[in-house]
Amino acid sequence: MLATLVIVFREIIEAGLIVGIVLAASKGVRGRGLWVGYGVLGGALGACLVAAFAGQIGSLFQGAGQDLFNAAILLLAVVMLAWHNVWMASHGRAMAKEMREVGAAVAAGERPLFALAIVVGVAVLREGSEIVLFLYGIAAAGGASTVSMLIGGVLGLVGGVAVSALMYFGLLAIPAHRLFAVTSGLIALLAAGLAAQAVVFLQQAGYVGELTRTVWNTSSILSQDSLFGRLLHTLIGYSDKPNGAQLVAYIAVVAVIVALMKIVYASHERARIAKRAVPAE
Amino acid sequence: MQRLILPFIMTVALLAGAAAWAADDTAEIALKDHQFVPQVLTIPAGKQVKLTVKNEDATPAEFESHDFRVEKVVPGNGQIVVYIGPLQAGTYGFFDDFHEDTTKGKLVVK
Repeated sequence: MLATLVIVFREIIEAGLIVGIVLAASKGVRGRGLWVGYGVLGGALGACLVAAFAGQIGSLFQGAGQDLFNAAILLLAVVMLAWHNVWMASHGRAMAKEMREVGAAVAAGERPLFALAIVVGVAVLREGSEIVLFLYGIAAAGGASTVSMLIGGVLGLVGGVAVSALMYFGLLAIPAHRLFAVTSGLIALLAAGLAAQAVVFLQQAGYVGELTRTVWNTSSILSQDSLFGRLLHTLIGYSDKPNGAQLVAYIAVVAVIVALMKIVYASHERARIAKRAVPAE
Repeated sequence: MQRLILPFIMTVALLAGAAAWAADDTAEIALKDHQFVPQVLTIPAGKQVKLTVKNEDATPAEFESHDFRVEKVVPGNGQIVVYIGPLQAGTYGFFDDFHEDTTKGKLVVK
């Protein structure tokens, strides 16, 4: 029971923190609950499929199928997160203004909810498929362990959701005018962390052979496998033994997202000023 | 937005199509009755090693190491390949993440 509890708790937290960030980032948007719900549902279905076809996926591309699949969906999530941030950079200012003028109720507007749903789906799929495989292993081993497995699973689920909810409400405690700045920053780091994870999958599949040397080792200060280390790993991509390629990916993703946000923001500001310069009829 | 997905998938497929280079050294380990066989695996230092993990149990395992970053599901009665290193000389631990307390092995690099 304890093993089930620990694994389910761990995987739920890893997916739940990402769902929490997405929910906080889309605060006040109409229909976000539905989209996040689609993401969770799609991710859960995908997790079962991936678990069921683990053998077939694994044997694709000369045995690199599983790694390439993981790397691909992680990079898909990175692109979606970047897309969200760039979108926020172009519309965030107008939204904040609108909020002040008409009140938060109308803050809705179009938002890249589709992108966020994909991010949620990827997170749930990845962590969920591990849970399914693990539980399947226990169930297949048979015996009277099924009931205790269920109890452990439910406790792990409740605990994981509770921790994720705690972070979500913590984010919501941030004043509204700063919330989007904070969530945009968190999303950039989250995206960078996912990109670094994708690099690890490509490395173990033998595709990235450069810069494999470990750059630092902080496992004695904060182990990536402690609870706090795992939280940081999920949220901002903390790694206690990163190698060169992981670092390059991390820094590159942060740099590209920040640069894109700046460019988009600047061009919107120019357009706004130009519009104002034309006397209104 | 949806338009971005197809090119993305194509890029990934292209990447996958490019053959992974062959590692010079290979090693093999098996899982039987939730134990690693052998429990201590020795590989050379400073070289990338292609490791085959065979799962002779009917239930899935996850070959994982914190010491050398690897995480890969090994289906029941299946096998996987992971590329490790190059690693510096030393002793590294690995385990089955689905049986973390009981299924452990050691990697000696020298």
